[in-house]
Amino acid sequence: MKRRRLSNAELNEAARHYDGPYKPYDLIKELCVAIAVVASLALLFTIFFSSPDDRPSTIAQWSRQMPVDFVTTAVSELDGTSATAGYGPPYNHNGDGQQIAFIHLQKWLGVSHPINTAQDFVLTPLASIPFDPALRKATAAYQAASAKTQAAWTTDYTNALAKATVGPGGAVVVSGSFGPVPTMMNGLLGLAQSGGLDGDLLTSNQFYQTDYTKPLLFMADGGLLAARAQSQHLLGEQWGMMNETGSYPGQVWLWLYTFWYQIAPFNTSVNADALVMAIMGVMSLGLILIPFIPGVRDIPRWVPIYRYIWRDYYRDQGLR
Amino acid sequence: MAVASPTVTLAAIINLNHPAAYAHWGFFQMSVPNLVVIGLMIVVFAAAIALPFPGSRRRRSRS
Amino acid sequence: MSAVDKPSWTARVREAGVRAMPPERLLPDTQPAYMSSWIYIFGVLTIAALVIIIFSGSVLGLKGPAWWHYTGIGHFFNSIHLWAVELFFFFMVIHLWGKFFMAAWRGGRGRTWMSGAITFLTSIAAAFTGYVSQQNFDSQWIATQAKDGLNSTGIGAFFNVLNFGQMYTYHVLLLPVVVIALVSAHILLVRRTGIVPPLPLGELAIHAPAADPPGAGATESAA
Repeated sequence: MKRRRLSNAELNEAARHYDGPYKPYDLIKELCVAIAVVASLALLFTIFFSSPDDRPSTIAQWSRQMPVDFVTTAVSELDGTSATAGYGPPYNHNGDGQQIAFIHLQKWLGVSHPINTAQDFVLTPLASIPFDPALRKATAAYQAASAKTQAAWTTDYTNALAKATVGPGGAVVVSGSFGPVPTMMNGLLGLAQSGGLDGDLLTSNQFYQTDYTKPLLFMADGGLLAARAQSQHLLGEQWGMMNETGSYPGQVWLWLYTFWYQIAPFNTSVNADALVMAIMGVMSLGLILIPFIPGVRDIPRWVPIYRYIWRDYYRDQGLR
Repeated sequence: MAVASPTVTLAAIINLNHPAAYAHWGFFQMSVPNLVVIGLMIVVFAAAIALPFPGSRRRRSRS
Repeated sequence: MSAVDKPSWTARVREAGVRAMPPERLLPDTQPAYMSSWIYIFGVLTIAALVIIIFSGSVLGLKGPAWWHYTGIGHFFNSIHLWAVELFFFFMVIHLWGKFFMAAWRGGRGRTWMSGAITFLTSIAAAFTGYVSQQNFDSQWIATQAKDGLNSTGIGAFFNVLNFGQMYTYHVLLLPVVVIALVSAHILLVRRTGIVPPLPLGELAIHAPAADPPGAGATESAA
């Protein structure tokens, strides 16, 4: 008695026809029962667990809770050393962005949402503050100075911020002389703590806005969002992509996407995002094309779970 | 580090608004809620295959 | 049957539709006897979850994106929406596992598998736009993180996850339309090609020695 495995083509041909018995089945009733069951499950989970809703952070909160961090971020926006300032496309031309070999998609798709961090996050909001001649004078002095002088002021100020304290009025106090920069930074701090900077950055183009790019980029350059994220295990290196705030289940389906970021070389590469997106793109294509990939499409035969799924049918075949 | 508190939600029977427990194996870490979901998926998959489907009873004995 | 010599476009479309999908095939009231496993219910459970997602999402949309943050009933519908999404992916992935281990793409059903896989990936995108539309801390964090991945591929140049208005529109209109279209195509393909028959058991030839083995399955390759 000889026996061989059917080829893929033979399997396909065999699966085109079924001449065996049918039995009655009510699809519409099945759908209605399914909807009732799933609705009940969703209701049950809602009653037992509700859903998370951690309040969003505002620039006002950030500047009040972490004034030194706020000012450190603000001066980095002013002198172009912040993450957003050096990001490159789609925000500016100050970097090339990520690449894979010679493919620079980030650069090629261009600057579609231009942001000049010094102007947008610092100088323009400062110019909107009324009734403060000292601040206006400081800002004018800064803008009149040479680029070299400005850089010296901001670099020295940034270094001094490591030992900054918060004065009795709420201003950030550093020891040393840094031109007009401390006045400007404390002016911006005051605007932020009043809530004015949230509004300024959101409605900078027009009254009606739904685009939160500027306030979010500014906050993300600072430490508040990351501090909250860390306490909730949402950081990249904490497999955060899969997680939800609180003890709720998160996005379990993102497990493979976040996995790559945990291992070499991705966990130290500057092009990690581009590389991971490329890998996941290839694997997604692979998932779609499984029927055509030899080996992968044969796994169901090698791991014969199908014998249990169709055990009634095989038993009937044996009995015939 | 001061962290903004969550809004008051409609009182759920079980309050999940606290940091989750985490399981660690080397570089692998996953929240317990996520592990529960994955575990349930595997259990439900296995049960769906193992449990008999109504109308599948056949005469056990061969004639 | 058209009454004119040259059939109209309408008649042609109707007749082609009925030829491709006669009503008895679109809504059969029988199914093959080999479908006797609970694994077969996970497709319809996924669709049921999608129905609940759309219903609860519609309620949330009717009252606008801020409503659920400050009313109990709004939060209630947000919870239904979130758990329906968890159930949706739960059932969909089990359905995917089942179909994989059944090699359900056999016999001309490749497009059924492909449309299902594309639906899975599109659903992830739809869920993602929902997560960044929550207008709470979670959405702030997810958006500021996800922007890097999308910017690295150049997609960020026209798909700005920090732009709430854009993300909300993708979430409540554009992506649901695509998901519903894909699910419809998937179901129509299933109806058209039928449910895949079981894999043949190679060992059948051993258990039925008296039967003549079928032409294709009876020779052993030299070991």
